[in-house]
Amino acid sequence: MLDKFQPLSFLIQNHIHDGDQIAMEGFTHLIPFEAGHEIIRQGKKELTLIRMTPDLIYDQLIGMGLVKKVVFSWGGNPGVGSLHRLREAVEKGIPTPLEIEEHSHAAMACAYQAGASGLPFGVLRGYTGTDLAKENPEYIKGVTCPFTGEKLAAIKAIRPDVGIIHAQQADKKGNIKIWGITGVQKEVVYASKKVLVTVEEVVDELDTQNQGIVIPHWLVTGVALAPNGAQPSYAMGYYKRDNSFYKQWDEISRSQANFEEWMNVHVLSKSVNQIP
Amino acid sequence: MEYTKEEMMIITASRLLQNGEVCFVGIGLPSTACNLARLTHAPDIVLIYESGTIDTKPHLLPLSIGDDILAETASTVVSVPEIFNYWLQGGKVDVGFLGGAQIDKFGNINSTVIGPYKKPKVRLPGAGGAPEIASNAKNTFVIMKHNIRAFVEKVDFITSAGYLNGGDERRKMGIPGEGPQCIITDMGILRPNPESKEFELTSIHPGISIQEIKDNTGWDLKISENLAVTEVPSLEYLHVLRDLQYRTSIAHTHSQK
Repeated sequence: MLDKFQPLSFLIQNHIHDGDQIAMEGFTHLIPFEAGHEIIRQGKKELTLIRMTPDLIYDQLIGMGLVKKVVFSWGGNPGVGSLHRLREAVEKGIPTPLEIEEHSHAAMACAYQAGASGLPFGVLRGYTGTDLAKENPEYIKGVTCPFTGEKLAAIKAIRPDVGIIHAQQADKKGNIKIWGITGVQKEVVYASKKVLVTVEEVVDELDTQNQGIVIPHWLVTGVALAPNGAQPSYAMGYYKRDNSFYKQWDEISRSQANFEEWMNVHVLSKSVNQIP
Repeated sequence: MEYTKEEMMIITASRLLQNGEVCFVGIGLPSTACNLARLTHAPDIVLIYESGTIDTKPHLLPLSIGDDILAETASTVVSVPEIFNYWLQGGKVDVGFLGGAQIDKFGNINSTVIGPYKKPKVRLPGAGGAPEIASNAKNTFVIMKHNIRAFVEKVDFITSAGYLNGGDERRKMGIPGEGPQCIITDMGILRPNPESKEFELTSIHPGISIQEIKDNTGWDLKISENLAVTEVPSLEYLHVLRDLQYRTSIAHTHSQK
């Protein structure tokens, strides 16, 4: 029954390819840092990264020069300021030029829902009067309601090659349980062609009765055990958000040289080989 | 009792919120003001954050929009599509409370770029939930520190629509919410002229001069005929605010590991 379970390094090696479109989701909560770090260690490159809030994990991937394009709706360090690596890539092309595709949260949530629903676009009452729609006509367009004639915004569906999420628990079949802030975790699972999940814990039986969502095992391509795999973000019921580290990141990431040094010590020189 | 300009701004903002309102809260200053209101005159205010936490009652201020403390103290937590589609677009939000990097005389907010979009001088974090909060909440409040770089004649980029070019342009475009009702700053309160929708100074904080406000505003700021002087913060509000900020700063300095 454990064939879905692989060490994280195997999952990344087998399912992520250079040039892929990858969505690593988790709205502040359950950000798949360990999976992101493994992608960095394996040097997967030319990636298109999709994520509502790029957060530190995409700042790290961008700073390592592995990213061609980022699709996002809010690219800052929450409550702290800029994501310096993302910002320098956009402003100065350091370490490599970065293409951006930019949305609002509401629109991006709709784009994931459309992807999950097998529809070509999502629809919302939004963007009216704003410059985001003007600057990004390729993927934000207008649509007229066939019933009322109201003009609405249409946004192209998101269908990632690979969706990656972190969850609290899996059972031995690979069913996944998430609780607390669920963000767009469910939508990214249903929208993605392949789904990789890292989990805090493998349990005999999931509690499927109480609040939270359950993702059936047949929707999941592979599962890896990764305790603390969302740090410095958090996993409700396991550990809290390390706000102090989010503040420290501002200094760590301010220069490319300092950032690279930090990545060498804390990410590149480490390896994960956990088998449940 | 002595107080800072920032305390004056936050307390003034919090006092504008009514008990029982459903309030969609931005992170930072809006979150501070909304929680201060909840801990003082508005115990039944419903605070919603875009991470999906509904009716949340944190005892510390969150650093991010999705901190654990928001989920732990919420009445319920919904998904991100649900918060934007059912709550905001569905018309269930009374007040959207926003900040921003730049605002213009018609209340349009920029949180995207300084300079041209394709070749920005400064790349800011971007839109997040703000465009739809600004358009779909019944009313919007804005809180920002007053300075000449932030209060401009015309924003470099409209991330979130205020009254666009003024007059009734916003309504004509079919944006459902009423738009920004006030900008609360560390120097005063600005409200839109009912006809032109240009923001005017309607209240001035004690100890601030009109010239000082004009010097920090990038357009020729009109002064309301009924200019008021903002009420001085009470001891109660100052105590509650300082206590909240003190406990928050301790919690955010120590690693949680």
